[in-house]
Amino acid sequence: MGLDIRIPIGLMFTILGVLLTVYGVFSDKAIYQRSLGINVNLGWGVVMLAFGLVMLYLGRRGAKSA
Amino acid sequence: MYHMQLGLVDYAIMVIYFLFVLGIGWALKRYMKTSSDFFMSGRSIPAWITGLAFISTNLGALEVIGMGASGAKYGIATCHFYWVGAIPAMIFLGIFMMPFYYGSRARSVPEYLKLRFDEKTRGFNAFSFAMMTIFASGISMYAMALLMRTLLAWDFSFSIIMSAIIVLIYTFLGGLTSAIYNEVLQFFLIVAGFVPLVFLGLKDAGGWAGLQARLQTVSQASGYAPDAWSRSWHYMTSPTANPMGVEWFGMVMGLGFVLSFGYWCTNFLVVQRAMAADSMSAARRTPLIGAFPKMFIPILVILPGMMAIALTHQSGISGFALPQKGGAFDYDMAIPLMLGHYLPPGLLGLGITALMASFMSGMAGNVTAFNTVWTYDIYQSYISPNRSDQHYLWMGRMATIFGIVVSMGAAYLASQFNNLMDFLQLIFAFVNAPLFATFLLGMFWRRATGHGAFLGLLTGTVAAALHHGLTVPAGSLALIKGGWLGSVLHTYPSEMAQNFWTATCAWTACFVVTILVSLITSKKKTDEELKGLVYSLTPKPKAEETCWYNRPATLAVIVLAMTLVLNVIFW
Repeated sequence: MGLDIRIPIGLMFTILGVLLTVYGVFSDKAIYQRSLGINVNLGWGVVMLAFGLVMLYLGRRGAKSA
Repeated sequence: MYHMQLGLVDYAIMVIYFLFVLGIGWALKRYMKTSSDFFMSGRSIPAWITGLAFISTNLGALEVIGMGASGAKYGIATCHFYWVGAIPAMIFLGIFMMPFYYGSRARSVPEYLKLRFDEKTRGFNAFSFAMMTIFASGISMYAMALLMRTLLAWDFSFSIIMSAIIVLIYTFLGGLTSAIYNEVLQFFLIVAGFVPLVFLGLKDAGGWAGLQARLQTVSQASGYAPDAWSRSWHYMTSPTANPMGVEWFGMVMGLGFVLSFGYWCTNFLVVQRAMAADSMSAARRTPLIGAFPKMFIPILVILPGMMAIALTHQSGISGFALPQKGGAFDYDMAIPLMLGHYLPPGLLGLGITALMASFMSGMAGNVTAFNTVWTYDIYQSYISPNRSDQHYLWMGRMATIFGIVVSMGAAYLASQFNNLMDFLQLIFAFVNAPLFATFLLGMFWRRATGHGAFLGLLTGTVAAALHHGLTVPAGSLALIKGGWLGSVLHTYPSEMAQNFWTATCAWTACFVVTILVSLITSKKKTDEELKGLVYSLTPKPKAEETCWYNRPATLAVIVLAMTLVLNVIFW
C-alpha cells in the first residue's frame, strides 16, 4: 500500500514527544507528587521523541530504496 | 466521585491523535480502487505490520480493562489467557492453518467453509459472525461512553457519536488498510501510555519482589496461600486453592485448547489481518511475529490490576482504593484509576488517549470484518451476485455506514437492557465454541463432508447451550449464569470453570458428530476441488525464505521456547 505507516507513526510520536518534553520543562513541579516526584513528562517525552525520529528515519530510508 | 480533571495539554494530545487517525484514512483514500483494496488491503502489507495489527485488534479496550480487572481479581494466573490461551493457538495458525486460508481462493473465513464444505455451513458461519461483530462493536462503543462518563463526566451520547463518526470516517475512506494502520498506531500508543504507569507502580511497590510482598496481604485476606496472587501454575492443582476456581486440566482443555484455538484460528476478525499480508510467507509469519509482543502484554495490562488490588488492601498508607459495586470491588475500574493515581497531567492525557484509541480500534476491527463478510459472503452470495467490482466496493462502503449505525443502536440498547447484552454474548459463545472442531476436521481430514460439518456445528452449539443450562457456578442463582433448564446436574467451583467446560463439551460434541455424519454421508467434493483446502491434498509450501529469521518454523520454535521460560519463571 502506497503509504508507509512508519511516517505517520514517526510524525505523531515526534510531535507528542516534543509536546511532553516542553511541558515537562515548564510545568509546575507540584504535579509530580503523583508520580513519586519524578518528572515523567520530561523523561518519557524524550524517549517518545527519539522513537518518533527513528521511525521517521526508517520510513524515509524505506521510501528511498523503494 | 472519581472524576479526573484533564488539562489543556491532555486534550491537546487527544486531538493530535484524532487528527492522525483521520489523516491516515484520508491519505489512504486514493489507494482504494478495487474491492480487493478495500476488503483485503490488496494483499500488500508487510508481515511486521500485519503481525502487530493481529494482536492489536484483540487488544481492544474491553480486553485491556478486562485483563486489568482479572489481574486484580485473580492475580498472575490471568497470564494463562496469554501464555496458554493465545500463543500456542497463534503458532498453530501460522504453521498449519495459514497455508489453507491464504493459499485457497477464499477471501474470508466463511468463504473458506463454502469452498471446503458447502453453502449452508458458510451461511451459518457468515450470519452468526456478521451479527456478532456488529454487537461487539456496539458493546465497545457503549463501554467507552460509560467509562468516559464515569472518568471525565463526558455526556454519554457525545462519546457515542464522536467515536462513531471518527471510526466511520477512517474505515469508510481507507477500508481494511486504514483499520490495520490505526491498529498499529494504537499498539504503539498503548505501549507508550502504559509503560510509565507500570514503571511508576513497580517503583512505588519496591519492584516485583515488593509487589509480591504486598500481594500476600491480598491472598491471605481472601483465604488463599500467601503467594496465590503471584504464582501462575503452582496452585492450579485444585480449584479451591486458587482464586480463579479452576484446576489445570479444565483450564488447559477449555481455555488453552477449545476457546483459544477457536478464537485465534477461526475468528475472521484476527485471521483477516494475516490474509492481508503480501505473501504466503508473510501471512504465516503474521501470528508468529505478533506472538513476541503478545507474551509481554501481561506486563502492561495485568500487572497494573495486581498493583491496584495491592494498593487497595493498604489503602491506609496508599490512599488508593478500588470503588465498591454491589458489595464487591468494581474491578473494571482498576486500570483507569491506576492511570489517574500515578500519571501527572501530560502523561495522563496520553494514557486516556491510549485507552480511547483501543476502544476505537476494537470498533474499527469489527466493522471492517463485518463489511467484508456482509459484502462477500451475504450480499454477493445471496442477494446480488455477478455485479461489477465497483458495485461491491460501493456496497462495502455502505455496509460500513450501516454497520456503524446498527452498532450505535446496539450501544443504546445495551445502556437500556444490560441483561440483553449478556444474553447475546452467551448465545455467541455457544455458536463459537464448536467452530474449531469443524476447521480441524475440514483441514486435516479429507473425508469430512458438508452435511457432517453443518450438523456438527449445530450439535456443538446445542451441546453448549444444554451444558450451560444444566450446570451452575457455585454461589450463583441468576439465570444468565446457567441452570435455566430447571434441574442442575453439576455445580462448578467458579463461573470460569463452567465456561471452560461448556466450551470443551461443545467442541467434543461437534467433533464426534461431524465424524459420524461424514462417515454415513457421501463426499460431494472431488479431491481436485479440495486441493489447497485440505492438508493431505495440498503440496507442501516450499521454503521460500532463505534467511533463518524469516522462516515460520524457526520463529515458532523461538516463540514456544520463550513462552515456556516465562511460565517457568512465574510458576
